[in-house]
Amino acid sequence: MTGVRRAWAIVALPVISIVLSVLVGSVVIILSQWLVSGTFELGLAVDAYASLISGSIGSFNAIVNTLTVAAPLILGGLSVGLAFKAGLFNIGAQGQFLMGALGAVIVGVTLREAAPPLAIPAALVGGMLFGAFYGFIPGVLKAVSGAHEVVTTIMLNFIAVAIVAGMVSEVLKVPASPQPITLDVVNASLPVILGRNGHIGIIYALLAAVGYHWLLFRTTRGFEIRTTGANPDAARYAGMKPRRIIVWTMSVAGLLAGLAGATELLGVSHLMTASYGTTVGFDSIAVALLGRTSAVGIVISALFFGGMRAGAPAMQVEAGVPADLVGVLQATILFFLVAGPVVQRVFRLRGVKAAIEDTGTFTRTYGGGESVSR
Amino acid sequence: MDPIIQAVYGLPIIGLVFQLVGYLITVLPDIAPIILRGAVPIALAALCGVMCERSGVVNIGIEGTMLVAAFVAWAAGVYLVPLLGDSVPLAIFGITPALVGALLIAVLAGLIVALLHAWLSISVRADQIIAGTIINIAAFGITGYLYSLISSSSPEGAGAFVTFRPPEFLLALPFVGWLFDMFLAQGPIGMGVIVIVVVFQVFLFRSRWGLRMRSVGEHPRAAETVGIDVIRVRYRNVLLGGVLAALGGAYLSLEITGSFTQGMTAGRGFIGLAAMIIGRWTPLGAFGAALMFSSFGAIGQSINIAPPPGDLGVLLDQLPGQFFDALPYLATIVVLAGVVGRSVPPAADGLPYEREAAS
Amino acid sequence: MTEEDRAPTALEEPVEAEDVRAPALEMRGITKRYPGVVANDHIDLDVRPGEIHALLGENGAGKTTLMNVLYGLARPDEGEILLDGQVVDLTGPADAIARGISMVHQHFMLVPVLSVAENIVLGAETMRGPLFLDRQEADRRIVELGQRFGFDIDPDAKVGSLSVGWQQRVEILKALYREARILVLDEPTAVLTPQETEEIFAVLRRLAAAGHSIIFISHKLYEVLEIADRITVIRRGRVVAERSPTGTTEEDLATLMVGRDVDLTVDRGTSTPAGPMLVVEGLKATDDRRREAVAGVDLEVRAGEILGIAGVAGNGQDELVEALVGLRRPTAGKVTLDGVDITGHDPRSVYGDGVAYVPADRHRFGIVLSFPLTDNLVLTSYHRPPYARGLLRDDAAIRRTAVERIEAFDVRAPSADVQASTLSGGNQQKVIVAREFARDLKLLVLDQPTRGLDVGSIEFIHRQAVAKRDAGTAILLVSAELDEVLELSDRVAVMFRGQIVGMFDGRTADKYEVGLLMATGGRERAEAATGEAMA
Repeated sequence: MTGVRRAWAIVALPVISIVLSVLVGSVVIILSQWLVSGTFELGLAVDAYASLISGSIGSFNAIVNTLTVAAPLILGGLSVGLAFKAGLFNIGAQGQFLMGALGAVIVGVTLREAAPPLAIPAALVGGMLFGAFYGFIPGVLKAVSGAHEVVTTIMLNFIAVAIVAGMVSEVLKVPASPQPITLDVVNASLPVILGRNGHIGIIYALLAAVGYHWLLFRTTRGFEIRTTGANPDAARYAGMKPRRIIVWTMSVAGLLAGLAGATELLGVSHLMTASYGTTVGFDSIAVALLGRTSAVGIVISALFFGGMRAGAPAMQVEAGVPADLVGVLQATILFFLVAGPVVQRVFRLRGVKAAIEDTGTFTRTYGGGESVSR
Repeated sequence: MDPIIQAVYGLPIIGLVFQLVGYLITVLPDIAPIILRGAVPIALAALCGVMCERSGVVNIGIEGTMLVAAFVAWAAGVYLVPLLGDSVPLAIFGITPALVGALLIAVLAGLIVALLHAWLSISVRADQIIAGTIINIAAFGITGYLYSLISSSSPEGAGAFVTFRPPEFLLALPFVGWLFDMFLAQGPIGMGVIVIVVVFQVFLFRSRWGLRMRSVGEHPRAAETVGIDVIRVRYRNVLLGGVLAALGGAYLSLEITGSFTQGMTAGRGFIGLAAMIIGRWTPLGAFGAALMFSSFGAIGQSINIAPPPGDLGVLLDQLPGQFFDALPYLATIVVLAGVVGRSVPPAADGLPYEREAAS
Repeated sequence: MTEEDRAPTALEEPVEAEDVRAPALEMRGITKRYPGVVANDHIDLDVRPGEIHALLGENGAGKTTLMNVLYGLARPDEGEILLDGQVVDLTGPADAIARGISMVHQHFMLVPVLSVAENIVLGAETMRGPLFLDRQEADRRIVELGQRFGFDIDPDAKVGSLSVGWQQRVEILKALYREARILVLDEPTAVLTPQETEEIFAVLRRLAAAGHSIIFISHKLYEVLEIADRITVIRRGRVVAERSPTGTTEEDLATLMVGRDVDLTVDRGTSTPAGPMLVVEGLKATDDRRREAVAGVDLEVRAGEILGIAGVAGNGQDELVEALVGLRRPTAGKVTLDGVDITGHDPRSVYGDGVAYVPADRHRFGIVLSFPLTDNLVLTSYHRPPYARGLLRDDAAIRRTAVERIEAFDVRAPSADVQASTLSGGNQQKVIVAREFARDLKLLVLDQPTRGLDVGSIEFIHRQAVAKRDAGTAILLVSAELDEVLELSDRVAVMFRGQIVGMFDGRTADKYEVGLLMATGGRERAEAATGEAMA
């Protein structure tokens, strides 16, 4: 197989899925506009996409913005991807992100007057530890009781929202402020390296991607993670300890998502409100799936979705199409990816790699946790 | 913070627990209807889960199905009210043509979402958890997008069903009056749930339909070798599950609120899954578990309305409100972790079925 | 279980004039192609009423495909099926059942959590009204059917709690409940004891005497000779011969089936056992549902001998083996390897002490199907030098070893980088054997090492095991195939309900005596079975 053909085999399905979703998105834009205003405007879809693209890569500022939005998506995508490799579906990146942001703001506010070389790493570590702990919980629950991580992490996401609201309004609140809001992290803020607001988080994210690949394919622990994901019974037979590996992997996944939250807080918002929210969690699942859980794929698809998120406000202002369209596009892309076998048949693709292959079957341990019960 | 510590150390914990139990017993008749109202969407989600998983299809897209139905029920009302005009609501449940139309369209929407999940899970044989997650993401995206478009003119939906008023003499009965209040002071969907639970339970274990469904969920190949069409049974069950989930969604926007807010299902679809597991994949068990989860939410409400007296009241008053927001989710995790190992799912749950080929 | 030995009923009059009867079923020129293989190549087969017709062939010869065609599960590319002389087009199992064809599959098609009655009526439910099941009527019919063919069955028992022999009867009742005239049994004796086999044969003879036509699929030669009225042998999708059992020998059939002369017995040679290598004392362990599965096992395997454990599947053999290698925590007792206590050690340390384990379910435990052969060939030693240096993997060393092992164990694979899932079952098993046999071992634990493999692979693995024994390794062999245990073992232990109930010399053991002990645990003829060699 030549290099070009091999590359095509990998990117064919993602690319086709994106193209198809753009088409579906156009239909949605035109139909919904007609439904609401009664006008039937074919050009609206073109306008919307044009402003979406120019809002994401149309200028230096737009590109910086895209990179800034992509940084937490890379980290979140790595978090979901790592869990995928161990056969775990981490829908809890959302909650781990929030806890990471909370940890960062607690340390950051405490060290707001300290020297940046101390304050920044400390705040990042605080975020990572909070995130890791929040990944550790569903990991332990899965390993010990067999409770499926999909249900527990979703519940933990809602609990994280409550914890953030409670902490900000009861404990971290600026006394003088009428709104529940924390102090600014000042010296713990991440340095800006690009343009007006391009903070260093993108570098952390790229380093994490390198570490992710190295961990999975160069270390014995990575082999253990992949074996546990592919066949937990075989992992046990081979002398590995799948339960321990599940807890470890979920903790590291939580750490990555927590780092995403920390960089976002220290790099972008610098403080926390009681209603601090994010779409990073769900976006991360899309990033990991579109990127086929490979480090390079995750970086590329994070840049892609980051661009969409970054350009969406421009689309809303210029074309009047709600920014929520990004969610629709994301879901359609995923839909076509998962319907891959059918897409391949329709487009008569041969020798193309499935979009989601080595992610194991998450459904395996759904109710009883048979495979890890001992 | 201090009063909490004082309260905790000032009295034996045992005393507090007794106070809490006593308080709950005294308020139970008052919060019972609230508990059932909170349990209805969770129970419908759980019943959808039972319906799907008994046939061997894992459906974690219940949350999304409910959200779509909740939105469509509201949005359909927005269009149906001007179309059908204002008509005088019926005495029972305050039924109007627009409300009924909105409910039917919501069920149709639920069917479409369920069909999508069925197609991905059964025909494409995708990983069912990923398929369900995509349903959830898509539901969040499309309802968010359309709601942004429609809500800019802040329109009114079709309103809401009215709860039934049981005859006073029933409510006045000693000891059991509150049970009538609980089960009869409900809207059409709330009351319907009880019927659905009983009928589903009986049919699951006594009818041909139930026997075939169970065999397909346990050992699809065995079912196929005696001439049962596994694929058809699974499609049918997932679609029926879609109807149940849609009722749960419509319940939120047509029976308890009369409006739609983004993400208004707030995890009920997932709590329903936990209720299904704790109820051991039976309709009655799932309903019981839904009632339990709902009572955790009701405690928070009850404390707001009528705080308990004494030290317990002082202690609860000191807890931040967010604690009670998180309580149902926390309870779900704790109970699930305690029960899950002992609750055995259908053997073929989540495994895509491929008709026998070579071998 | 004793009442099947009743005297033959009047129904069992010998049917002499069978040849004149028209076939109940005729398959003509059946051809079925799958990508890359012709599974059935113009196969002709007919069965007369009241006849037991054996279909003999190796794994992969095309027997199952032919039966899937007959059962409507697969559509033939060519050929036709006639029932009572009429050409029929079978659209699916439901159609086949409606026409009186029923199949008892090799892997039972029973739902363990459902009751006997529910399993039997499934798909042909006796109804009360349009919606609900009529349980009383169904129970009545089931009990009556059972009695007619010589056994009492409890329709309310959960199928999962029945022994394999009784599950087999439920399968047969399922067919009879549908009023099947043509009954196909796919490898029905694979997991039965010789006694259970006799009992099922008695049932089959009664069925045939009552006019049912039976197709009996097997690869066990002596059984075919015992039960069949006629024998059709297929090889590589073709009919190679049709024989009458009279005047045919096992050797003839073996040659026809395999296509070359085969030596039916393994030359296990003589063993020269040294001192005890594995000593098990009072070992107890529970199964996944926390019920006691190993109930106090005492056992000794000496260096340089093969100790076989015979037993009906599900008598605690799997749990015993898992407890030995550390995959299951013993609840009591002691395991000593070469004088060192290894009780409750985890698999990694047990392997490190010189134990290798070939698991029964190779797809579940032994191999990671989505991984390349390289990773699979070091699956149990990836963490040790030279495959790992500290926490890092050494891909070059892994590849070198993989290539060596593929060569040494004759694994047929295009390269070391192909996924394990692309290999045939025999070659997958060779990968496992290559990995586990390649080390210096004190103890080798083989659980069902040849299940489902072709004759060539079975011979290869048996030879390797004997060679390993001759090199001084202690071997513990567990197999549900009594024939395999008796052919290979120097000593044979019988396991029943979690205990060792008898010990025999592998070269002199009487198959029926061992089988009786497997079935009863020796409660009925304890004095005859146990006695001498309890180690």
